[in-house]
Amino acid sequence: MKNQLFKHHLFWPVTMLAALLLFNLIYSPDFFKIVLREGHLYGSLIDILNFGAPLILVAIGMTLVIATKGIDLSVGSIVAISGAVACMMISKGADQSSLSLVLTAIAAALGLSLVLGLWNGFLVTGAGIQPIIATLILMVAGRGIAQLVTSGQIITVSSDTYEYIGTGSLATLPFSIFVVAFMLIIASLLTRRTALGLFIESVGSNPKASLLSGVRSSVVILAVYIFCGLCAGIAGLLLSSNVSSADGNNAGLWYELDAILAVVIGGTSLNGGRFYLMGTVIGALIIQTLTTTIYMIGVPPEITLVVKAFVVLAVCLVQSEAFRQSLVRRWKTRHYPGEKEVVRRAS
Amino acid sequence: MSEPQALLQMRGIHKVFPGVKALTNVDFRLFPGEVHALMGENGAGKSTLIKVMTGVYSIDEGSVAMEGHPISIHSPLESQSAGISTVYQEVNLCTNLTVAENIFIGREPRKFGRIRWKEMNQRAEALLKERLNLHIDVTQPLHFYSVAIQQLIAIARALNISAKVLILDEPTSSLDRNEVGQLFRIIRKLKSEGLAILFVTHFLDQVYEISDRITILRNGELIGEYMAKDLSRIDLVSKMIGKELNLLEELPKSAESKKFANQEVMVEASGLGRKGSIEPFNLKIHKGEVVGLAGLLGSGRTETARLFFGADKADQGGLTVHGAGQGVHSPREAIDRGIAFCSENRKTEGIIDDLTIRENIILALQATRGWFNRIPRKKQDEIADEYIKALNINPKNPEHLIKNLSGGNQQKVLLARWLLTNPKLLILDEPTRGIDVGAKAEIQKLVLNLSQQGMSFLFISSELEEVARVSDRIAVLRDRRKVKEIQEEEISQQEIMQAIAGG
Repeated sequence: MKNQLFKHHLFWPVTMLAALLLFNLIYSPDFFKIVLREGHLYGSLIDILNFGAPLILVAIGMTLVIATKGIDLSVGSIVAISGAVACMMISKGADQSSLSLVLTAIAAALGLSLVLGLWNGFLVTGAGIQPIIATLILMVAGRGIAQLVTSGQIITVSSDTYEYIGTGSLATLPFSIFVVAFMLIIASLLTRRTALGLFIESVGSNPKASLLSGVRSSVVILAVYIFCGLCAGIAGLLLSSNVSSADGNNAGLWYELDAILAVVIGGTSLNGGRFYLMGTVIGALIIQTLTTTIYMIGVPPEITLVVKAFVVLAVCLVQSEAFRQSLVRRWKTRHYPGEKEVVRRAS
Repeated sequence: MSEPQALLQMRGIHKVFPGVKALTNVDFRLFPGEVHALMGENGAGKSTLIKVMTGVYSIDEGSVAMEGHPISIHSPLESQSAGISTVYQEVNLCTNLTVAENIFIGREPRKFGRIRWKEMNQRAEALLKERLNLHIDVTQPLHFYSVAIQQLIAIARALNISAKVLILDEPTSSLDRNEVGQLFRIIRKLKSEGLAILFVTHFLDQVYEISDRITILRNGELIGEYMAKDLSRIDLVSKMIGKELNLLEELPKSAESKKFANQEVMVEASGLGRKGSIEPFNLKIHKGEVVGLAGLLGSGRTETARLFFGADKADQGGLTVHGAGQGVHSPREAIDRGIAFCSENRKTEGIIDDLTIRENIILALQATRGWFNRIPRKKQDEIADEYIKALNINPKNPEHLIKNLSGGNQQKVLLARWLLTNPKLLILDEPTRGIDVGAKAEIQKLVLNLSQQGMSFLFISSELEEVARVSDRIAVLRDRRKVKEIQEEEISQQEIMQAIAGG
């Protein structure tokens, strides 16, 4: 029973998250405090969920891509493009808060994200380019596209309707949490209630054998890149709506790296195969908590990245089975020169 | 009778890998001005012996002498400086560099650290002209030339180091008839210059065309060294496979002879072929018939199977599946038409490592049903339990990861995967290789039972005994050609062996 708990794929990620959260208690005794004010819940935990929402979304899409032995470096750029397109369209409108305008803008942004995902998928399956290179193209070009859409400016919008996505709340909780929950459920249903999950894991684990078993691997791969593009597009809406502006240069910058990290911390291997959506969510929360923690304990800005890197390294080491075993081995074979005599006599 | 002194003499070579005796007490000689063929089936120790000669492996026991002087070879460099040059099966040249660069790579003529291009090109041209009779522009990139020319350039590169021994490891496997002829002319020329040439191939015709001497290995042991003209083809084959013809013991065939001529044809290949892998052939497989494919390694058995399954695309002829249409262009199409294929590469083309026994079993069936028509979990468990029981798969727990199973049990899981799709034709490529005797017998029995229920089989095996026992009819392949069909009443190991040897 105890062994099973240790072996569960969520054990280490959850432990690390709990450790990070507890660590915050030292610096801020009311870290876990949540208050209800004017019908909204406030507190650090809520903030982590709210600010972590875009990353969780991107990481969910990334999980499926990585499970097929692929990778999508372009998600950060898609985040920027999606936000830019939505803000651009809204800012051009006469009545920026009009629901139909905002919905049209959202539809256009998400539609474009789907197309970009399709493009990635096509490069990987149709053109046979390695995923890391195929998506690198859009990673670089995408920033340019976002700049083009915003004409190199930071576009600001003043639309209460659009703002709701990133800042509004529903049933006392931030709306973004519901968006994430919705996409997580969609992803889970798609992969676990249909056979898509089996095909993804099979293609990622052994593409050749899957093909010989009749799995249409190119369709599967196409689907995950499209889904990943969609997730990144929604994340772009959340981010730009949260600040009511679109910044082609900096929106979603380095999101791909955080997302990949979240997937790996969550227990999905970069070699493809088995994937864990809940693990990814926990992984993204670990990264978001870490960011919050670093701000809260007042790490000087110039070394925040270094601190982050060390914590991530520690998280990865704790997760590594090989590393844990080598520690255990060292512990078990430690030498006590003074006790040697006793042992010899006893045996 | 005085034999000339051997150029390279290896005595009592032993080489052990963890758990495997790769070479046991092997003697081997190479004579100047001779082409020496090294023969043996898979795992006989040919490549180990070559790697010992070229210094990739060092020997555990035994001695090596070059021109009578003992030498020790511990690295490829030492082997080269002793005068042994090798051209490997896959041409390992850089196709984007010029011919001259490829020949001189790593030892370009230099002056003050600068490469002397002109001298290099001149020397390359002279080398190709004088030794290989090859007149080509050496300043063109290598990919300008055919694989055959590339092969010759690889030889030129090997010759450039004052070589006394030239090892050619399957140099003809990717060449066509004319190209082989061109290569052989060069080999004869080099032979007349006094080079000792070691030639490894799976093509029997070529062995007899070019070799003077033949050494046969089997299971890491030396079977013997013979002059090619004194060794008949049938003797060569029986020595390689390890069955003396006079010692063959015929198994009693199944009681009643099944007549398939009147049965309906299930799958028919007409003029099916693919350049470079198998020449066009006709083959009919009747309902409930087990057709065996026999032939030496590299004779085109697996290639035939892959054409049937659409894993490789045929460039000639066609395939008709009775009642399910014509042509098979992809594995998926083959499966839809009722063809299933168990690859000989269980690890790389069969099992899905990360998945459980249950998931591996249902994969092919699920693939035909598509994403949204998911087999309900309860049904999956039932299927898994049923097949685990029927095929006696160990462990019994369907949630076990397949990578932790033994080879025999993995094979049974793969069989279950295909049986579940209820195919009309099941292609089994070496289904019993590397699995224990018990599992082997179970699989053979299963094939016979299912064929009685109307499933057709294409059964490939290196073990003649097995093919002879299981098959109702046997198609024999030699040198990538279907050379013979042996009808049921004529099936015997001797008959198969004679067909394999041909000549």
